[in-house]
Amino acid sequence: MIKQISVFLENKSGRLIRIAQILGEAKINIRGLSIADTSDFGILRLIVDQPEKAVKELKENDIMATLTDVIAIEVPDRPGGLAEVLVYLNKAGINIEYIYSLIDKQAQNAMIMMRVEQIDRALDVLESNNIPIVSSNRIYTF
Amino acid sequence: MIWNPYYEAIDREKLYTVQFLRLKQTLERVYQLVPFYRESFKQAGVEPGDIRSLDDLQKLPFTVKNDLRDNFPYGLFTVDLNEVVRIHSSSGTTGIPTVVGYTQKDLDTWAELMARTLTAGGATKESVVHIAYGYGLFTGGLGAHYGAEKIGATVVPISGGQTKRQVKMMKDLGTTLLACTPSYALFIAETMEEMDLTPKDLKLRSGVFGAEPWSENMRHVIEEKLQIDAYDIYGLSEIIGPGVSYECPAKAGLHLSEDHFIPEIIDSATGKVLPEGEKGELVITTISKEALPMIRYRTRDITTLTSEPCACGRTHMRMKKVSGRTDDMLIIRGVNVFPSQIESILLEMGETEPHYQLVVDRIGSLDTLQVLVEVSEQMFSDHIRGLETLENKIRTEIDNLLGVTADVKLVEPKSIPRSEGKAQRVVDKRTL
Repeated sequence: MIKQISVFLENKSGRLIRIAQILGEAKINIRGLSIADTSDFGILRLIVDQPEKAVKELKENDIMATLTDVIAIEVPDRPGGLAEVLVYLNKAGINIEYIYSLIDKQAQNAMIMMRVEQIDRALDVLESNNIPIVSSNRIYTF
Repeated sequence: MIWNPYYEAIDREKLYTVQFLRLKQTLERVYQLVPFYRESFKQAGVEPGDIRSLDDLQKLPFTVKNDLRDNFPYGLFTVDLNEVVRIHSSSGTTGIPTVVGYTQKDLDTWAELMARTLTAGGATKESVVHIAYGYGLFTGGLGAHYGAEKIGATVVPISGGQTKRQVKMMKDLGTTLLACTPSYALFIAETMEEMDLTPKDLKLRSGVFGAEPWSENMRHVIEEKLQIDAYDIYGLSEIIGPGVSYECPAKAGLHLSEDHFIPEIIDSATGKVLPEGEKGELVITTISKEALPMIRYRTRDITTLTSEPCACGRTHMRMKKVSGRTDDMLIIRGVNVFPSQIESILLEMGETEPHYQLVVDRIGSLDTLQVLVEVSEQMFSDHIRGLETLENKIRTEIDNLLGVTADVKLVEPKSIPRSEGKAQRVVDKRTL
């Protein structure tokens, strides 16, 4: 499992810059990110190399941030690659709440982050179908 | 026209005699029948017998809104419930509403006062009176209703909402007098424009507007857009409802019916009575009410009083348009809102130290309320849907408790400006 940082963001200019600056100054490297938004606010989801430290730094700057467990997997980087994996989860009745991709400099495969409700069951399903699950160590250090 | 020339234009010396007799009766009544008053008089070291002139009134203790809440619902009533024929209510700061009651005689008094108010605003037997104040627990609708019927006018009890239909009815029925909040009057004017109607299409000649503060500037806009005379009226449910004071055609202050109420102006910080003409908090003692007399009730409204003769011939004192409040009460679309009510909603939802801000604005002619709430750790969730559900829940609670639709917006922690650690609770952008 990977610790993802979820950050509350108002839809105002300069908010994202501020967060990137705080993390930059704390020498925290951002590995991947995605934003979900409404007209008023958004949730910024970040994968970083030092999640606990990042949350601490953000909170000290009055930014609402929490840790959320997500799963990282590798999928074949070719047409239909993602679909093959999703079929397994779908068959097992596991809902994906959100999903986004990351760039992995070393691997040939695409890296996918996903948040599901039944995280342990999802891991079982993925493992038993030989889907490569990416360790937190690799995410935080690649 | 004056509805009741005998009392409205009474010689002031005669008036003082009427006031003193009625005050004495009221004091005896509350002292004998209401434990709260007996106790508060004793604590102040006075008895009804100590009041030997109108000036002695200031020896008596004040009554405040909280006293009504502490004695909720009927603790301050001087009559049995079988004598009470009507209840009205306003929403409360902490969820406990204030309840007021009327005997048949009280309702007759109220109708008399509203008859004076509407007559001063141009109503006669021939008038068609369109009452767009809300009917129900709010005193506006029914208060105006019985006054207009007493005059013998033709009453259209339309209440609030469905503005296009209201305009059509006014046109079809030949309405001559409109009674509603001043902001709703403006909204009606705008709706008429949308419907391609001009004042010439209507027979409207005047309007009596109250239940929220408004300025001279707003009067000019209403008068211009609707081609009518616009009159300010004042009242509060604790005293009786609308009809406590009203403007006459001179539009130079609101005559306060002194044969039923004794007004004072005090320094709200010290409680000292201020000389005539000075600005301060309006305090009212009712001297004819049966079910719920009020002794030196602090209205929290800021104004000044004058007994200078008025061009209209009425001799009752005039109060200026209310210029503000001594507390943080907001009036939004005619509804009284205290910031603490919003706070109590957030506290009930499990927030330990909610930071919020009320932003009140007037867009077009309607008041808008936006509630900014800082996201706390326990509110925050990683799901957009979770946050949207939270916003909706706060909005629904506000609507349920206050009857006001609010736009609820979650904002980042510490984003609401603070002064001395407390978030600034209210931003009122309205230019009245």
